[in-house]
Amino acid sequence: MKVLVAVKRVADANVKVRAKADGTDVDLNNVKMAINPFCEIAVEEAVRLKESGVAEEVVAVSIGDKSCQEQIRTSLALGADRGIQVETDANLQPLAIAKLLKAVIDRESPDLIILGKQSIDSDNNQTGQMLAALAGLAQGTFASEVVLEDGHARVTREVDGGLQTLNLKLPAVVTTDLRLNEPRYASLPNIMKAKKKPMDVLTPEELGVDVASKLTMVKVEPPAERSAGIIVESVEQLVDKLKNEAKVIS
Amino acid sequence: MALDFDSARLPNPNLTSDHEAWRTQLRRFVDAEIVPFAEEWDEAGHIPIELWPKAADVGLLGMGYPEEYGGIMDGIDSWHSWIVNEELARVGVGGVAASLMVHGIGLPPVINWGTEQMKAEVAPPVLAGIRHIALGITEPGGGSDVAQLQTIALRDGDEYVVNGSKTFITGGMRANWVSTAVRTGGPGAGGVSMLLIPTHLDGFSRTQLDRKQGWWASDTATLYFDNVRVPAANLIGVENRGFNVIMTNFNSERMGMASAMEALGRVCLEEAVVWARDRNTFGKRLADHQVIRHKIAQMKQRLNATQAYIRACYEAVEAGTANPGDIALLKVQASETMEFCAREAMQVLGGMGYMRGNRVERIYREVRVNAIGGGSEEIMRDLATRQYGL
Repeated sequence: MKVLVAVKRVADANVKVRAKADGTDVDLNNVKMAINPFCEIAVEEAVRLKESGVAEEVVAVSIGDKSCQEQIRTSLALGADRGIQVETDANLQPLAIAKLLKAVIDRESPDLIILGKQSIDSDNNQTGQMLAALAGLAQGTFASEVVLEDGHARVTREVDGGLQTLNLKLPAVVTTDLRLNEPRYASLPNIMKAKKKPMDVLTPEELGVDVASKLTMVKVEPPAERSAGIIVESVEQLVDKLKNEAKVIS
Repeated sequence: MALDFDSARLPNPNLTSDHEAWRTQLRRFVDAEIVPFAEEWDEAGHIPIELWPKAADVGLLGMGYPEEYGGIMDGIDSWHSWIVNEELARVGVGGVAASLMVHGIGLPPVINWGTEQMKAEVAPPVLAGIRHIALGITEPGGGSDVAQLQTIALRDGDEYVVNGSKTFITGGMRANWVSTAVRTGGPGAGGVSMLLIPTHLDGFSRTQLDRKQGWWASDTATLYFDNVRVPAANLIGVENRGFNVIMTNFNSERMGMASAMEALGRVCLEEAVVWARDRNTFGKRLADHQVIRHKIAQMKQRLNATQAYIRACYEAVEAGTANPGDIALLKVQASETMEFCAREAMQVLGGMGYMRGNRVERIYREVRVNAIGGGSEEIMRDLATRQYGL
């Protein structure tokens, strides 16, 4: 069985991002980039399926300019077998990503597609769902456990009220939540070996997908800075302020 | 923030995306497996033995050693080493890095000069982190004057009979083997040999050197040899040519120490800047007082110079043109920079820095071990002038 994982290049989770001065976007100049943490969980899950003998091949896909090959290499160092980059400089929205992934799925015919539930930069939480709809596949989002047996995936989902378990017919789309697994470190020998693993480069044109965005980013601005607090003199003063200034109690 | 640990690193065109991938993964490892416990280990005076196999799994121990012994050499260069030294220094607990990576000085004599049988026996378990090796050079009677060492190994049939003592031996308490400098011949450098001494042999004993100024987490030891009978096959390299083995070893040790010291200085800069931005005195931020701004600038200036010097030396190492004199003076440059940064950061942090439990306080008391160990500043300057033909 073949597992396809999608990985996104995002600003490293430890980096404090800033808005550009002109408000057109986030300033990614000289910012350390990394694989999106939820995508890393997706790679880890796929690699574990391979290690347990359930999957034979793990293919890592990323979409973007040449630099996203770094995140594919990281996936290969973590244990994926080969990579596919869909090369484009376009500013892509979830729908375009989903269409491109659908086209890759048509070529690759994976039995399971694992994605992060969302990326930590744009926080859309749409790509997996859109992909499942476009491809006409079952979907199990926010997965905290995935068990494969008899052509089905039993996916435990983290939902508001607790845990929900779905039985999906394969092929299916699964998106990962934080507690699905704890990704390993890529060892130095595996980082070096990853350089020799195959990576194909495709283009949106080859895949026949129009990636033009239907959305326009209006403005990016930093959150309002928190102003200094005060130390209240008494409980009465605190209650008074909560009631009359903050108006959070009545 | 342009003055944090990463942004205060000068650009280095030698670093590729592979190097950055290694830094990323190593930092994940360090942040998960070392950083949360480092202070506790330092206070406790030792590191849990389980850390070594974990470090082996991520490739830390095997880096730069042959694949046949479980290492990785293909594509590995000095820049990978620099990254290791930086990332372990970032923890700000020198004893952890020194003890965890002590095979970096203990094993190379075996790998570079030892017999095939010796390598096959020692290297795989050391690189897997399940057995340990240390380097034994310094003696209670003298350290820097290596040529005058007094631990005697007398040949008796198929064995050497070893008598003497070694001290300040990092990793000495847990070592299964010690690559030991012994006197097999006459006085001076020409009578020195390297001998691989297993620590389970009769007549070997050791005591922990506790209550050190720094490197608390390191199991530094004094070793005693009382008629220890070591198989003659454990000779590393040629008899009475051990001095050369020792000197070769020192160059890479000094490069490692220098790059770690610069990174420790950079940690001091980072901590000083965070505090200076946060702390208000006399109605403004510490960072807005000229006297503090100048401290920060002077720290960065010296760190920049040291980084550029490290890069020049590593480039020479890569090109096979390294000059031991330049490396010796780099070590001095780095320890002076570390000392300056630790001092200035401590002045910026004030009373808070003086309290235990922060990186600057720990680094401050680890200045001297770096300025003395691996070749003292005085010996380094002397060595350099001799190398330069003065």
